[in-house]
Amino acid sequence: MDILSLFVIVPVITILVLIFSKNLKQTRVIAAVGMFVQFAMSLNLIFAYFKEKQVNDSIMVFTKDFLWFEKFNIHYTIGVDGISVAMITLASIVVLAGVFISWKMEDLHKEFFISLIVLATGVFGFFISLDLFTMFLFYEIAVIPMFLLIGIWGSGPKEYSAMKLTLMLMGASAVLLVGILGIYFNSNADGGALTYNILEIAKVNIPVDAQNLFFPLTFLGFAVLGALFPFHTWSPDGHASAPTAVSMLHAGVLMKLGGYGVFRVAMYLLPEGAMTWSNFFIVLSVIGVFYGALAAIKQTDLKYINAYSSVSHLGMVLFALLMLNKTAWNGAILQSLSHGFMTALFFALIGMIYGRTHTRDVTKMSGLLKVIPFISVMYVIAGLASLGLPGFSGFMAEMQIFVGAFQHPDMFHRVATIITVSAIVVTAVYVLRVVGMMLMGPIRNNEYMELEKATWYEKVGVILLLLPIVFMGMTPIWLSDMIRESISPFLERMM
Amino acid sequence: MRQELVLLAVILLLVILEIFMSNKKALVNMAIAFFTIHTLIGFIPLEDGSLFGGMFHTTQLIHLFKNVLNVGVLIILLQSAEWIKKEIVAQHKSTEFFMLMLSSLLGMYYMISSGDFLMFYLGLELSALPIAALVAFETSKRVSAEAGIKFILSAALASGTSVFGVSLIYATTGSIYFSEVAELLTYSNLSLVGFIFFFSGLAFKISLVPFHFWTADVYEGAPIGITSYLSVISKGSAVMILMIIIFTVMTPFELVTGKLLYIVSIATMFIGNLFALRQQNMKRFLAFSSIAQAGFILLGLLSHDQLGISTVVYFVSIYVFTNLAAFGVIQAISTQTGKENMDDYNGLYRTNPKLSLVMMLALFSLAGIPPVAGFFGKFFLFTAAASQGLYFLVFLAVVNVTISLYYYLLVIRAMFLRRSDNPIPYFESKFTMKLGLILAVVGVLFIGVYSPIYDYIYQLSIF
Repeated sequence: MDILSLFVIVPVITILVLIFSKNLKQTRVIAAVGMFVQFAMSLNLIFAYFKEKQVNDSIMVFTKDFLWFEKFNIHYTIGVDGISVAMITLASIVVLAGVFISWKMEDLHKEFFISLIVLATGVFGFFISLDLFTMFLFYEIAVIPMFLLIGIWGSGPKEYSAMKLTLMLMGASAVLLVGILGIYFNSNADGGALTYNILEIAKVNIPVDAQNLFFPLTFLGFAVLGALFPFHTWSPDGHASAPTAVSMLHAGVLMKLGGYGVFRVAMYLLPEGAMTWSNFFIVLSVIGVFYGALAAIKQTDLKYINAYSSVSHLGMVLFALLMLNKTAWNGAILQSLSHGFMTALFFALIGMIYGRTHTRDVTKMSGLLKVIPFISVMYVIAGLASLGLPGFSGFMAEMQIFVGAFQHPDMFHRVATIITVSAIVVTAVYVLRVVGMMLMGPIRNNEYMELEKATWYEKVGVILLLLPIVFMGMTPIWLSDMIRESISPFLERMM
Repeated sequence: MRQELVLLAVILLLVILEIFMSNKKALVNMAIAFFTIHTLIGFIPLEDGSLFGGMFHTTQLIHLFKNVLNVGVLIILLQSAEWIKKEIVAQHKSTEFFMLMLSSLLGMYYMISSGDFLMFYLGLELSALPIAALVAFETSKRVSAEAGIKFILSAALASGTSVFGVSLIYATTGSIYFSEVAELLTYSNLSLVGFIFFFSGLAFKISLVPFHFWTADVYEGAPIGITSYLSVISKGSAVMILMIIIFTVMTPFELVTGKLLYIVSIATMFIGNLFALRQQNMKRFLAFSSIAQAGFILLGLLSHDQLGISTVVYFVSIYVFTNLAAFGVIQAISTQTGKENMDDYNGLYRTNPKLSLVMMLALFSLAGIPPVAGFFGKFFLFTAAASQGLYFLVFLAVVNVTISLYYYLLVIRAMFLRRSDNPIPYFESKFTMKLGLILAVVGVLFIGVYSPIYDYIYQLSIF
């Protein structure tokens, strides 16, 4: 059994076992064991990757290829580079933490964990795929369980949010399908066979007209998932209505599919289209960054604050990707990872706070630091990481993004960069405002004196997410090595 | 010809047994058993060949298609068995049900195997008339009788239009044999009018816009088994013969056909989908959904090659299983409780989880969500259209896929998300119903993922 396919097979086996589970205790243990295996495999994958890289110099390692549909040249092709390894690790950690955070899921628990793991299967499959068809297939598998997860176990206007989210994301994937077909039918431009294989297509010079036509479709198809302004509206509603673990998984992992897809498919395969369209999409992403941050200031619901902050942070990822140079790309990927851990941690903590105070309105809470110190301290740390304090992951990422962006000497890029940098200040405002209002000050509500301290499973989930944030901030060398090597083929394509 | 003869034998056997057997309930089971045997015999390979001087011919692809129809009818019979025993046996006409349905199937065999327009017309009529009787089968219900009248009027109009078109084509070429017409037919105003009339007649059968008006009312009024028969078997075989005639006979009109199909497919997708949005009755809902699906099928017809043929046959095969899974659930619930509205499905998952899951798979397949078969069917249809450079059409189609997802999700919302004060209580379906649903679900799950099926269809897709 090859090392990568296991990332899809283990969740599927977990699901099959889950079907036979009798009660909540069994269900959560099975889910935790399955996802722990996944987590262990992803750690193993990092070491295996470095080992393999010393002997194998190709772009993708651990590649495997099985023919699927002969007529269309559809293969099940898998392989990873440093970026995918990092993303897989992110996903496995967030999913495992998500299982722990949902430890007390009462209603239809079996279905909940099954849907959660179906989503995870789609995510892992997406990150290991090198074939556009399978990639697309996994992408849709990852999106559709969200409807049930938000609709059944969510809160507030959950039916509305679930429908909006699903339709917008599936609509985006439909646009993406046209883009993929366009790439497919131009993949024989140099006289070869039609193919969906990303590495094969990357060797082909697709005609510039086709690139200019299909780049925006492919880009939009993925970027909607990455909350590109003005297609971000599903994200705040979806996050606010979703149950905790789903918000974590969604903001932490699923939205990363967007950035990853933009990079791996749209930019890698259609570089000239990317150059033509980059200024247009830079404008949208800059608006997203700034608007997201401003909107977060005005919100009082914790989840909305975080959702808009996600729009802002992921806008920055797209912004960095569109800078089309090495430093910014490095930063974009670090930012993706950092935001993944950070926002998952945020949502986990919000879930815990909500579970205790039964409100998500910051104006109604105060002095929580005194009664639930663990959760509060973690919230402060996540907040500091979010505003890019040195020593945490966010700093590394944003630093590189802005250095990269400033390498463009022209006026347009300068202005765009300056606006984006100033959004960081706004970020500091909304993060510190929440910390000040919610955690500091006197306890005004006497019921809060009785709040339950964090339980063991909550601590496990939180610490799982905190460690990578600190690790990325302190010793980014490993990660940078992994990413830098993997970026060079993208750069060659751009030349 | 073997398929036809065996089926005829089954029909005649039923006629004889009807006379001698007094236990009509046992006869229902026997009829299903006979038809199962017929289906199994169908899987024995058959040589290509033609009969009656080319009036009747069969190829591997047509044989395969007949097998798909067989399996579809088998599933319908299994799903309807409970309803027949409950409602129809008491009225002493259960055998008629089988005889009519199987005669209609025989008509479809002749239609898709036809080698000239006479045989085509004969098959068309033989397939349509028994259905009219079946649509009006529940004589106690007013809607059923109304649907029967509507169906027979529109079917008669459709076949009349078709035959008129054929007569014009005969006037220009002097032949009714497909092979001769294909050689003699040239592009002229008269033959073009003939072709358009002919196309309109078949468009009625496939319920393409603007010939779709009968669909919703007939689907709603007819007994559910007949509705599913109309939506998959009747529609499927009409698509097949339309494809054969467009690709092999009407070749001078390639340009016109392209434009015609382009416009009709856009109209069909949009009208079907937009009307489906507000439907409450599940049968009406699936009626409009099936109109929209027909619009998608036309995308494959736009690619005049092996690719186009294979994707259409592949999609229709998937569609047979998918739609029958959906109709099966509706039938199971309707037979037990008489409820057919979407609101009645609120909270279904909490009382009948298995039925809800079957319905969910079927709807996902209709909406084209992986990993179920519908995803592959749609993807390949779009590939076929894109291979002709019709990216804009594909774009409109994917817009429609998103619209359709909304109303499919409405049903899933009702079943999974909503709670109800008065949900459909838990019930255990009869064995035949379970078997029918299992067959359909197996098809939905495996036809897509198991790639040799598509490769096999692709190999056979030559006329």
